[in-house]
Amino acid sequence: MAREVLSDAVAWTARSLPPRPSVPVLAGILLEVDGSQLSVSGFDYEVSARAEVDVQATESGRTLVPGRLLAEITRALPPHPVDIRAEGPRLAITCGNARFSLPTLPVEDYPSLPSMPSAAGVVESDVFAEAVGQVAVAAGRDDTLPMLTGVRLEIDDDRVTLAATDRYRLAVREFAWRPETPGLSAAVLVPARTLADAAKTLTSGPEIVLSLSSSGTGEGILGLSGKDRQTTTRLLDAEFVKYRAIMPSESHAHATLPVGLFTDAAKRVALVAERGTPLRCEFTPGQVTLRAGGTDDEGQAEERCDVEFDGEPLTIGFNPSFLLDGLAAVHTPRARMDFTSPLKPAVLSGVAEPAAEDEGAGGGRAIVEGADYRYLIMPVRLPG
Amino acid sequence: MRDTASILHLDLDAMFSAVEMRDKPSLVGKPVVVGGVRGRGVVATASYEARAYGVHSAMPTAEARRRLPSGAAFLGGRFSAYRMTSEVVMAVLSELSPIVEQVSIDEAVVDLAARENADLSVAGVTALGEALKARVAEATGGVTASIGIASSRMLAKIGSDLNKPNGLTVVAPGQELAVLHPLPVTRIAGVGPATAERLRQVGVRTVAELASKSLHDLVTLFGKAHGNGLYHLARAEDDRPVVPYREAKSISAEETFERDLTDMPALTREIELLAQRVVRRLRAANSSGRTVTLKVRRYDFTTLTRSLTLPHPTDDPTEVTQIARRLLVQAGATGGIRLLGVGVSGLSDFVQQDLFTDSVPEDDEAEALDEDAAPSPGEVARPVQPRIWHPGQDVRHDEHGPGWVWGSGLNRVTVRFEGPGTPPGPVRTFFADDEALHPSEPPDWRRSPE
Repeated sequence: MAREVLSDAVAWTARSLPPRPSVPVLAGILLEVDGSQLSVSGFDYEVSARAEVDVQATESGRTLVPGRLLAEITRALPPHPVDIRAEGPRLAITCGNARFSLPTLPVEDYPSLPSMPSAAGVVESDVFAEAVGQVAVAAGRDDTLPMLTGVRLEIDDDRVTLAATDRYRLAVREFAWRPETPGLSAAVLVPARTLADAAKTLTSGPEIVLSLSSSGTGEGILGLSGKDRQTTTRLLDAEFVKYRAIMPSESHAHATLPVGLFTDAAKRVALVAERGTPLRCEFTPGQVTLRAGGTDDEGQAEERCDVEFDGEPLTIGFNPSFLLDGLAAVHTPRARMDFTSPLKPAVLSGVAEPAAEDEGAGGGRAIVEGADYRYLIMPVRLPG
Repeated sequence: MRDTASILHLDLDAMFSAVEMRDKPSLVGKPVVVGGVRGRGVVATASYEARAYGVHSAMPTAEARRRLPSGAAFLGGRFSAYRMTSEVVMAVLSELSPIVEQVSIDEAVVDLAARENADLSVAGVTALGEALKARVAEATGGVTASIGIASSRMLAKIGSDLNKPNGLTVVAPGQELAVLHPLPVTRIAGVGPATAERLRQVGVRTVAELASKSLHDLVTLFGKAHGNGLYHLARAEDDRPVVPYREAKSISAEETFERDLTDMPALTREIELLAQRVVRRLRAANSSGRTVTLKVRRYDFTTLTRSLTLPHPTDDPTEVTQIARRLLVQAGATGGIRLLGVGVSGLSDFVQQDLFTDSVPEDDEAEALDEDAAPSPGEVARPVQPRIWHPGQDVRHDEHGPGWVWGSGLNRVTVRFEGPGTPPGPVRTFFADDEALHPSEPPDWRRSPE
């Protein structure tokens, strides 16, 4: 087989290996040859990953080898065809003039990978990757509340909604997909980091198949299959917050921001905002003034940025990194921010660009995408 | 260092045991130990009579019991009584000067130069010191103070310690080094056991020997900040001002229970009340904080704190309560808890608000437990259980009047009926659940005895 193909497959699988495995065999990568196909698998009881590579094989078989070592070796091999064969309790790898012999792990002790649940539907792989990336940014890292470390995935017929929150911001993204059975309805909670990682790396094919087993209680699994790659992850057994109730239903003022310029200004001003001290945004018609710092022993910064603003002038404070995360996730040149009051969540969303000359697919999609993403930020209550 | 002896340091003498003797006339002249009186408790304060037997604070109470003859009193401590006395002393000091810094419950520093028309001559401040001692003893009903007056905080403090108890030391300007240099280095603030041991290894025992070391040597031994500090202190160079009011670095509330609490629902309830008190004060100060601290004093008087720092400042009572509960689980309630405190520090003036404070599904076990096990709040806080009386506690009997718990056990409690200003009173024994016997507030020595 070609070195490139093998090393990609091994590297992808190795990413999901546990850094400190609870059982030694879980540090292994399982190599299985069946006919002319080699599968490269890893599993840590939470997440499984399996990549397939076409090979010329003489016989079928399976072996378990130390995963990190295999990944390092395959990455470093010269660009020549690779030959892998079992030699008793060892594995021989030959490529060009390089030859390795690896000890194997007891393959009979390796747990069997969870079988892929039945397919639920199909989504374009880059839409999925973008959507997951936009939402996972709002997920929390503190696992005292498991709900906050997950991405909620809701299926309602041909629409999928992803949502995540760390209790200070909430990101929601909707997109279209093709369900396996019309009228399908489901809602699960997927570990955010695993999902983000999988979505990002499953873009080699045009589409991803989502599989779901939410059968019993607690033992649900989400499967994602792209071209030659499939991964499963255990679902989180926690209720998600009723986030739709948090979404503001009204808007008393809104601003339209040039995302790039506003982001640069916010980043500059935020340089003096230490330890999560707030960024004050003073919106007046035509412009916003950003300020941070303030007391005598801190730095201070101020910058104006031209924006469209419609409503009564308003001063609102944000944790700068929460604001910047949202701006980076909007993915449109201009963004809209809706306000109800300085103490209520502000809603950031993309702005559809007027499709000037092109009424085709590209322009149409931008409109849909802009409206389909919302990022709520809970403001910081400012003194005075 | 100033050119006049204008800084006064006041330290109440064995304050806890002095207050006990005032309120319990039968103990006057006896060894009195205040602290954890059960099991593995430690001594908080020993009276001078007890110190004569080698008993000192932080010694295990069991050790103190071995050393002291029978007739010594071991008391559980009455912090509200000590606080009342402390407040009276601080009020006396604030009549003296507008600049008074309270250092602890029994210690304060006064800037005499801030007085109007102050006579800062040695004779003048000596007369003032004598008058102050008399005034404090009078206002507190007999709790004495030792006073040091000098040209710096360091020497004023050292002075207050030189003639304890009930002493006055005035260090005349120019005499600082003569007073300081013969003293052992451990008398300098910042020289603890570790520093003292390293100094001993290089042959330094007295402040004079410390003053003979070069700055370079001290910095090499102790690092820049500490070495520098020692160098200057050995020369009596101390310019720290008296700061009457420090900007709050934390806001806290604490509660001593009339009996040790062990059951989680009751403790949880207390934490909730404390958190609410703290948050009320936090909000009144237009403030918020990132670090929540729980202080626990156990049945044996050992005190520990546990804290947790949040990513954002909060002023939400629910959040403060939840964190404090979690900290209590970490700290454990085994054996019983006599005092709980909840504090918030890392203060800011902004609050990162929470999107769904009111809509988070509770997955907290403590919460569930509280909901299930706790009947109504009023009942949980003070359960009707066989009552526990701890030694020294203030009580009142419907028939016999005010007194204090002399001892208890086997469902009996022995009370001595006396109070400030009375002669030593009689002792009577009751059933522990005698309905005529009630816990009471500390007696007020300023009122004539009943």
